[in-house]
Amino acid sequence: MQTKRSIFHNRWLPYALLAPQLAITIVFFIWPASQAVKSSFEREDPFGFRTSFVWFENYTRILADPSYLNALGRTAVFSVSVTVLSMGLALLLAVCVDRVLRTRRLYTTLLVWPYAVAPVVAGVLWWFLFNPTIGLLPYILDGFGIDWNHRVNGTQAMILVTIAAAWKQISYNFLFFLAGLQSIPASLTEAASIDGAGPAKRFWTILFPLLSPTTFFLLLINVNYVMFETFGVIDATTSGGPNQATMTLVYKVYTDGVAGLNIGSSSAQSVLLMGIVILLTFIQFRYVERRVNY
Amino acid sequence: MVENRPFLDILTHLVLIAGVLLVAFPVYIAFVASTHEPSAFVRGVIPLLPGDNMVESYARMLGSGHQVAGTPPVWLMLANSFWMAVIIAVGKIAISITSAFAIVYFRFPFRMLAFWVIFITLMLPVEVRIIPTYAVVANLGMLNSHAGLTLPLIASATATFLFRQFFMTLPDELMEAARVDGAGPLKFFRDILLPLSITNIAALFVIMFIFGWVQYLWPLLVTTQEHFYTIVMGIKRLMAISDREPEWNLVMATVVLAMLPPVLVVLFMQRLFVKGLVETEK
Repeated sequence: MQTKRSIFHNRWLPYALLAPQLAITIVFFIWPASQAVKSSFEREDPFGFRTSFVWFENYTRILADPSYLNALGRTAVFSVSVTVLSMGLALLLAVCVDRVLRTRRLYTTLLVWPYAVAPVVAGVLWWFLFNPTIGLLPYILDGFGIDWNHRVNGTQAMILVTIAAAWKQISYNFLFFLAGLQSIPASLTEAASIDGAGPAKRFWTILFPLLSPTTFFLLLINVNYVMFETFGVIDATTSGGPNQATMTLVYKVYTDGVAGLNIGSSSAQSVLLMGIVILLTFIQFRYVERRVNY
Repeated sequence: MVENRPFLDILTHLVLIAGVLLVAFPVYIAFVASTHEPSAFVRGVIPLLPGDNMVESYARMLGSGHQVAGTPPVWLMLANSFWMAVIIAVGKIAISITSAFAIVYFRFPFRMLAFWVIFITLMLPVEVRIIPTYAVVANLGMLNSHAGLTLPLIASATATFLFRQFFMTLPDELMEAARVDGAGPLKFFRDILLPLSITNIAALFVIMFIFGWVQYLWPLLVTTQEHFYTIVMGIKRLMAISDREPEWNLVMATVVLAMLPPVLVVLFMQRLFVKGLVETEK
């Protein structure tokens, strides 16, 4: 890793400068993570008096547990739907904003603010709109003969959390797609248009392929978002229900560990989640970061 | 614009207006709900036009809070959220800029190790280490305190990388000239690096402030005393009154108040916000 050509010489100063960050990292990040790894190999007796070392039993147990596999599947469905929905809408809006000139700043301003809305607040907003008793959308859906009640219908609950989570993420994806589109030289689209390519053809043959680094980067960020930051959305709307239909992996770590006090199982789940984050980060730095000089 | 296609222009604007409405719609409904009396939510469908109870809903939540739900006045929760967000933002920036300074401008044993230790925090979001982190905070006696609320969220690999990258782009001559003039490392840091980094610091502050404001799970765990509640978690407490429908006008007044500060930050500091977002993520 590079440093400057010329550097300061001081024996203790660099350590003093790094000390606060390292202290916080070790006390609140690395130590707890290592504790999670440790207790994922242990089992506590029901009274919390003794812990015994059980090797991989917690892991084999959760991997054979239908409710864990269900949460894994639900998380996958949730991730894919939120990512596709929010990225699709964001790309459409970014392409449109990229086409207009005078009103570009105005539209951008009106589209980016949901970034600042907390996920739990997004959940509450959509939960209110979809409230089976007084909500507006169930009332409209009723006109189409659809009986909306996400408290009993698992698919509808999944649709609700997907919409709430995607709604909040549109602004983020929009900003990055817009930045990506604006970095594509106008001469390319102009040349294509002289050759007779219409807007749709230009989009699919020029803009969309050139956007692929942005798209790939956003895919990873969105999966990361859905896996970890949507805790608030789910806690505000469905609490993982009905019948575990919206139970994601993070929400299960929380319910098993905090509410269920099953530390061994919850820790093993945490460790598996860390594995997923490490994998995502690795992919991001291996394939996305190559364009950026660190 | 490469060509003149009036039909496509109209379609573009229609799509954009639809997008803007879709994005704003839930918030509009929440605002409308907050201006009605409780009786408006007993039956039928939620109202679509503002009512005349706005002052009362907001005054009640700001002034006295909700006794049945056990939430303190909203102004107190807003203040808690504000301080939490500010401490997290300032803390992240302070510890990251000094770390980046050490990593770029010094060569010392274990430099790579320090870099990797900071890098690891990227892979440990608070959601995957909640229980053991909670145990650490509890053992340190930091439950129900600002330190407990903020310290476990304060380490930042992204901010460190951002400052490191920025320092690498500064010409070496800057530092050599400072050294020739007899400036030590701390003087160089304070009088040259800090002023040069001010835009980056401001952009990061906007992003980190929002990051701190929207935190939910962590405050939910570490605060059990009412006067430490943050606004975002207070909403959940308001909705969770057992055995009855929430008082929608009050819940929605709180929701609007909870959204307002960070949304205003984004709207009024849009340029810094975009800069911060793009630079912290790349």
